Amino acid sequence: MSKARVPSGFRIQLRRIYFLYTLGFVAFVLALAGLEQMGMPRTLIGYAFLAASLLLYAGIGILSRTNDAVEYYVAGRRVPAIYNGMATGADWMSAASFIGLAGGLYQQGYSGLAFIMGWTGGYVLVALLLAPYLRKFGQFTIPDFLGARYGGHVPRLVGIVLAIVCSFTYVVAQIYGVGLITTRLTGVGFSVGIFLGLAGILVCSFLGGMKAVTWTQVAQFIILIIAYLIPVVWLSVKQTGIPIPQLVYGKQLERVTQLEEKLIADPREREVRDIFRRRAAEAAQKLETPGRSFAEGKAALQRELDVLRATNATREEIAHAEEALVRYPRNEAEARAAWNRDRANAPRAAPPPRHGEAYPGKDEATRDIARKNFLALVFCLMVGTAALPHILIRYYTTPSVREARESVTWSLFFIFLLYISAPALAVLVKFVVYNDIVGTAFSSLPAWVQSWARVDPSMLSISDVNRDGIVQLAEIVIGQDIVVLATPEIAGLPYVVSGLVAAGGLAAALSTADGLLLTIANALSHDFYYKMVNPQAGTARRVMLSKVLLLVTAVLAALVASLKPADILFMVSAAFSLAAAGFFPALVMGIFWWRTTGIAATLGMLAGFGVTFYYMALTQPWLREVVFRIPQTDPIAPLWWDIQPISAGVFGVPVGFAVIVLVSLVTPAPSAQTRALVEYVRYPEQRRGAARDARAKGAGEG
Amino acid sequence: MEPPSHERPPELRRYWRRNLRLTGALLVVWFLVTFVVSYYARELRFNFFGWPFSFYVGAQGALIVYLAIIWYYARRMDRLDREHGVDEPDER
Repeated sequence: MSKARVPSGFRIQLRRIYFLYTLGFVAFVLALAGLEQMGMPRTLIGYAFLAASLLLYAGIGILSRTNDAVEYYVAGRRVPAIYNGMATGADWMSAASFIGLAGGLYQQGYSGLAFIMGWTGGYVLVALLLAPYLRKFGQFTIPDFLGARYGGHVPRLVGIVLAIVCSFTYVVAQIYGVGLITTRLTGVGFSVGIFLGLAGILVCSFLGGMKAVTWTQVAQFIILIIAYLIPVVWLSVKQTGIPIPQLVYGKQLERVTQLEEKLIADPREREVRDIFRRRAAEAAQKLETPGRSFAEGKAALQRELDVLRATNATREEIAHAEEALVRYPRNEAEARAAWNRDRANAPRAAPPPRHGEAYPGKDEATRDIARKNFLALVFCLMVGTAALPHILIRYYTTPSVREARESVTWSLFFIFLLYISAPALAVLVKFVVYNDIVGTAFSSLPAWVQSWARVDPSMLSISDVNRDGIVQLAEIVIGQDIVVLATPEIAGLPYVVSGLVAAGGLAAALSTADGLLLTIANALSHDFYYKMVNPQAGTARRVMLSKVLLLVTAVLAALVASLKPADILFMVSAAFSLAAAGFFPALVMGIFWWRTTGIAATLGMLAGFGVTFYYMALTQPWLREVVFRIPQTDPIAPLWWDIQPISAGVFGVPVGFAVIVLVSLVTPAPSAQTRALVEYVRYPEQRRGAARDARAKGAGEG
Repeated sequence: MEPPSHERPPELRRYWRRNLRLTGALLVVWFLVTFVVSYYARELRFNFFGWPFSFYVGAQGALIVYLAIIWYYARRMDRLDREHGVDEPDER
């Protein structure tokens, strides 16, 4: 295998290009800010960001167009460590990381940290157990490794199917995110948004494969990190006077904790919570006999009105009673819907959770379950990170094993920048809500609250439940996504920054979708078609086929996304558990234990994946309906050790390892050729080490 | 179970053993900071510059340790490569 050399001229040129690009990007944002001051309308700013993003990605795609296999599949293996780090960062950070993570932390407090640790700690496993060895192996895909190490078509085929299942669920979620952001940025319909985003993905990966995707991802990383950090830093300056939120938000967390204690005890808060509790209880009761309750409720209101009229009550009292009657549901179905809403609001009767408290719960048993699930989730996310093919193939693109190792450090560093900012953002926004919004009069709410509540009630809704004219925390419902999307307005920044944040979210979603689509298309064209069906196929034909498959997969994913599947968040998290149980044991054992046999690895992959999927299908209502046709409302089968379906990998990974070890011991040892391969991937460069040995031996003998 | 020793030159065997030791040690650190600290999260609530300690570890401390592990591994392995003559020809 020839070592690709990276000429230093190439590195200097790269540095110059991305430096100028960053300057150009900043100038573009400043110019838009200037135009906004001069009165440019908001929708135009949104269009400007969308158009500039898509043109940029298309431009990089056209400049990097290629039909060469090494360029198309692994970017010519000359991506320097630091740029591969940035590209991995963009590849890794999806719409969920960019938009959802801080919101999840806002809502869940400590429990949300499972995602922060899980999605970064996995890189330790990538660095120590996989990246250098896969780079030394030096082919194109993950099924490639399985096929070569374990021999025969079966392990490869299992790898192909697993790679496609995990990547496809994940890519649907990304395209869904693209649709949401495009809609927010420009106001076009959701499906139009999806297909606009699709264009952005395709111009890039279609023309230049991994080469174009890599250089676009570097550009996308620069946009997304700037877009994420500006509002957080500004919010921190406003609250603490210090522009490094990651260092100082501990103080804000202390203040949030004090406010929490106050809000938990506050009599008006309790009043609102009691109202929700009572409404939920009444609704539950009425829902037992909906027909009778509906008639009785209506009759009671009518009787009250009659009494008021007969007793010469004031006009106001009568008007009030008339209004209540008008507002009463018109028929039983409407009434039932309203009661269901009230019943579903029961959780709002709970006091606010304490942000910094780990594993809250009413008794030791609940706390123990919370802890168990937290640890299981962290485990699944970490192992899943180290098993998702679209991340692992990035380490095929570096020039050497040494740079592959270095490149994992850079990857985690660039991911780290965003991941230590998200918990800070969550606390800073929580402080704004608890300190500035709770306790103000409804008539003097800040403008951003009013506009968000008007535009999208699912993101933010505030209603005066106890009619005292003052906002209580229990009267606010906050959607997960608003925490990132509204931060610029909360911090009082101009609209151009909101546009920038949306463009950052778009970059995050597009870059991840690019990597995933490429993985799927390559699994089909390279692994399935070239390696299994037609090994005589020429390079041009394979690359062409990959491009066509990319197009088909992208359109298919867009179609699924435009159906707005219900449990999209579950699907994403499930991809991690499934990848963890399917790939991780076979990959790691293949490198570290030469005795691992092909049959064992195949059975191990199937068993790990199978156990994980079976447990999910048993315990997750939506998946259970799809698989077993059991209605979602039926009671869930008892959980194994109280583990939630999202962490099913915690069963699958050990099963995978166990099957591989046991079956390997009872099947014939791998061939000498396979042993040579295992040896080959373990040493960055074998010849000189062996030569030195021979010399030492010679000296000893002589 | 390892392949018969004549298949693998001793220099390479030493390299691989040192690599395994390093990998194992770093994985222990990774395990401690991730799972052991999180397991005792309720007990480790003392104030750490404003954060409850376990919250700080989950939100920042563990991430810094992960970064340090990966950085140290890359640096150390570079040295091991050179010491055992398995480093790649200069690619820069």
